Amino acid sequence: MSYKAKFRVWRGEGGEGKLEDFTVEVNEGEVVLDIIHRLQATQTPDLAVRWNCKAGKCGSCSMEINGKPRLGCMTRMSTFSEDETITVTPMRTFPVIKDLVTDVSFNYQKAREIPSFTPPADVQPGEYRMQQIDVERSQEFRKCIECFMCNNVCHVIRDHEENKPNFAGPRFLMRIAELDMHPYDVADRKDSAQEEHGLGYCNITKCCTEVCPEHIKITDNALIPMKERVVDRKYDPLVWLGNKIFKRSTSKS
Amino acid sequence: MEIERHEYDVVVIGAGGAGLRAAIEARQQGKRTAIVCKSLFGKAHTVMAEGGAAAAMGNVNSADNWMVHFRDTMRGGKFLNNWRMAELHAKEAPDRVWELEAWGALFDRTKDGKISQRNFGGHEYPRLAHVGDRTGLELIRTLQQRVVALQQEDERLHGDPEAYIKVFQECTITRLLKDGDAIAGAFGYWRENGKLIVFDTPAVVLATGGIGKSYVVTSNSWEYTGDGHALALLAGAKLINMEFIQFHPTGMVWPPSVRGILVTESVRGDGGVLRNSEGKRFMFDYIPDVFKDKYATTEEEGDRWYTDQANNRRPPELLPRDEVARAINSEVKAGRGSPQGGVFLDVSSRLPAAEIIKRLPSMHHQFKELADVDITAEPMQVGPTCHYIMGGVEVDADTGAADVPGLFAAGEVSGGMHGSNRLGGNSLSDLLVFGRRAGAGAAAYVNGLAARPQATEEAVSAAKAEALAPLERTGENPYQVHQELQRTMNELVGIIRNAQEVTEALEAVGKLRERAQGVGAAGSRIYNPGWHLCLDLRNMLLVSECVAKAALIREESRGGHTRDDFPGMSADWRRKLLVCAASPDGSGVSVEEKVQPPMRDDLITLFDRAELKKYITEEELADFDALVKE
Ligand SMILES: Cc1cc2nc3c(=O)[nH]c(=O)nc-3n(C[C@H](O)[C@H](O)[C@H](O)COP(=O)(O)OP(=O)(O)OC[C@H]3O[C@@H](n4cnc5c(N)ncnc54)[C@H](O)[C@@H]3O)c2cc1C
Ligand code: SF4
Ligand code: SF4
Ligand code: FES
Repeated sequence: MSYKAKFRVWRGEGGEGKLEDFTVEVNEGEVVLDIIHRLQATQTPDLAVRWNCKAGKCGSCSMEINGKPRLGCMTRMSTFSEDETITVTPMRTFPVIKDLVTDVSFNYQKAREIPSFTPPADVQPGEYRMQQIDVERSQEFRKCIECFMCNNVCHVIRDHEENKPNFAGPRFLMRIAELDMHPYDVADRKDSAQEEHGLGYCNITKCCTEVCPEHIKITDNALIPMKERVVDRKYDPLVWLGNKIFKRSTSKS
Repeated sequence: MEIERHEYDVVVIGAGGAGLRAAIEARQQGKRTAIVCKSLFGKAHTVMAEGGAAAAMGNVNSADNWMVHFRDTMRGGKFLNNWRMAELHAKEAPDRVWELEAWGALFDRTKDGKISQRNFGGHEYPRLAHVGDRTGLELIRTLQQRVVALQQEDERLHGDPEAYIKVFQECTITRLLKDGDAIAGAFGYWRENGKLIVFDTPAVVLATGGIGKSYVVTSNSWEYTGDGHALALLAGAKLINMEFIQFHPTGMVWPPSVRGILVTESVRGDGGVLRNSEGKRFMFDYIPDVFKDKYATTEEEGDRWYTDQANNRRPPELLPRDEVARAINSEVKAGRGSPQGGVFLDVSSRLPAAEIIKRLPSMHHQFKELADVDITAEPMQVGPTCHYIMGGVEVDADTGAADVPGLFAAGEVSGGMHGSNRLGGNSLSDLLVFGRRAGAGAAAYVNGLAARPQATEEAVSAAKAEALAPLERTGENPYQVHQELQRTMNELVGIIRNAQEVTEALEAVGKLRERAQGVGAAGSRIYNPGWHLCLDLRNMLLVSECVAKAALIREESRGGHTRDDFPGMSADWRRKLLVCAASPDGSGVSVEEKVQPPMRDDLITLFDRAELKKYITEEELADFDALVKE
């Protein structure tokens, strides 16, 4: 069952690097991350790659496999033919530290720019009452494992360094939507989504949704509804207010 | 070369549930706090936890309360637990879960809008707060977002988000520094560029998690190299209960590259059953005497329990993990295993497909993606996997303080709370309860200090020399030594042990230790995993030695320690803890026996005499009788 596969892996550090060719053993049931680990153990002990869970739960092993953003631990070798050369490169939107490891601090910076969950001052821990149906929308977004592949693929910043300061990326625009749809969040998030976090840059190409390993419908369920709310709000603030009051009262009952 | 230096009041090593909760507490008490972790912020092992966090909120069954939870925890740990920890844990877990909700967590709900709770092995009532089967993700993300919220507050107040709490990610600590007896700092390196770093701090909270990477088949990630256990030993603290390792009964067995990855216990909690190759639900044959009156004896009764818990007993698939793991082991050994060497775990014939996908989405996904198995249509194959270490740093229950001044520990790296076996769901709640307590303990310790301890320059240079040594050697590849250690521990100090094999393991570990002195790492200091592994080997070897030495001394079987040469549980051994210590250079682990203090009167009287009789000595029983008479 085992065979020798051809791998081309991007190697380099400090802004320089190139693709290097390897021939490496592959066994039944293995995933791309296993092969990278085999390279480490047998040919290139200092090959850098991030990983933790090896089960698609932590979002550490994001890379580009044949040009597509993928989790290395969830990409089975059986999806390639045995004579295919498999090219593995780091995520393109973030600066490379070494080999497959990129500097993803952009994402942590953006996370800190989104105002946190803001519950009403008078609700004590233990008093929260929410219906399953009211939490499900935000729960979908909280499945996010922060692999940052959606931010990596989004064309607004993929080759446009200049947009980075003004655009939170799908991951964190979705975080705004998540908080906005949280039954107990009382902060007003619509204006800032548009004006500070760059919701307007998104032209709903859905590339982010396509790469999401958690199959979160980022565009349809987070970004488009946010855009609609921003528009509603602009035309009719009362609609917004009504929504907010309605939402709170159902959650209490 | 310059060493980067930072000064903090409290340094928390580890950014899992325990570390983050500790750091939040220290910061909330006004301490300048650093969080140091080996992987990215938000990726710690806690993220992988699936089933839930146990807390007796009584949302699903109002008969639940802290006393029932306490009893279950003690039973699960076969009465070896530090009862004060078990008590605090049971009492405080609900508040810790509710607090998460106030920080933005969204747990699954009951019909009346409260936090829903699910069944798990060893818990008498539905008790696990959960979000589908990704509870750990919710927990870590909520704590991460709480840290961010505090940083936003600090930015408003002080103009600097990192003024009071800062995360040093992808940074590994290799030594704790001392001033005389007391903690004075921590030494480490940045994984990203290999530069060295020193934290000057009077208080360190260890929250580094477990040791599973010393085993081949494990549900644990590369981070689990026992660093905190080793750092504590080398700093003069003690480890207890190191012989108790939890082998989770259900890890994936196929394909080989995912062997060991966890299949959550929720599969069984939600109705999944275990069968052997003959199609038999074999767990009915493995109900031990101590649990006979608590578990169903027929399939019919077990099945009825899912809908009517008041009038039926629970199915034996939900026995504590050590029991189920041993049963699976025996079935496979007896030749009744599945084709790939496990047994069958079936939920497909028990629940409608849609319900399975709703309740167990990540299991459905994991099997589909990694094993080509559709769990809504066919059974899974599962077998035991090294999952959790009950042993760890000996701490004071109330403050998390180790017996080195300034050193604290919480979470999986600490020992005592779970006794000889941890119940599912009791770890996530443990992280929150004792993470908070250790953070508060560290803050109080710092408040009480007259002067800040100062690390000596010699200690810093020694730590530096130790860290850089592998880069200067062109020795053996560290991966080979690591693989051999994993095989040794798996085969000789695994789920079933005996004196001869453990002795063999100790010899092998000794030899590997010599080889580890010579391992070298090619390449630069920039993100060099070979170099990192060379340094991790010291920790794994030290911890493995503790596990093996304690396993050899404890001549009984209890929880996560099964000796086929001493198959019975001994009431005399129950009173004794094995305490490991080491010299500062890590040579020579010594193990001593220590007597556990007897349970407080109001706690022991929560149990029936008939139950206690199964665990405690005649002498203890006489004391109990006298107490009840009073
Ligand atoms: C697959 C799986 C499922 C589980 N499911 C459940 C469940 O449903 N319920 C439950 O209660 N428990 C569960 N557990 C157990 C539970 O998840 C862990 O015991 C718990 O998360 C450990 O948390 P922690 O905070 O102690 O450490 P971790 O979350 O492991 O964090 C350790 C931290 O320490 C850091 N660290 C380690 N060494 C160093 C060093 N030298 N320098 C700097 N940083 C360091 C790491 O980078 C990491 O940030 C599960 C475990 C696994 C593996
Ligand atoms: S849908 Fe919007 S956010 Fe997503 S990739 Fe396209 S432009 Fe970017
Ligand atoms: S939304 Fe999906 S693609 Fe984006 S970071 Fe989260 S998990 Fe990754
Ligand atoms: S290693 Fe965790 S998602 Fe791949």
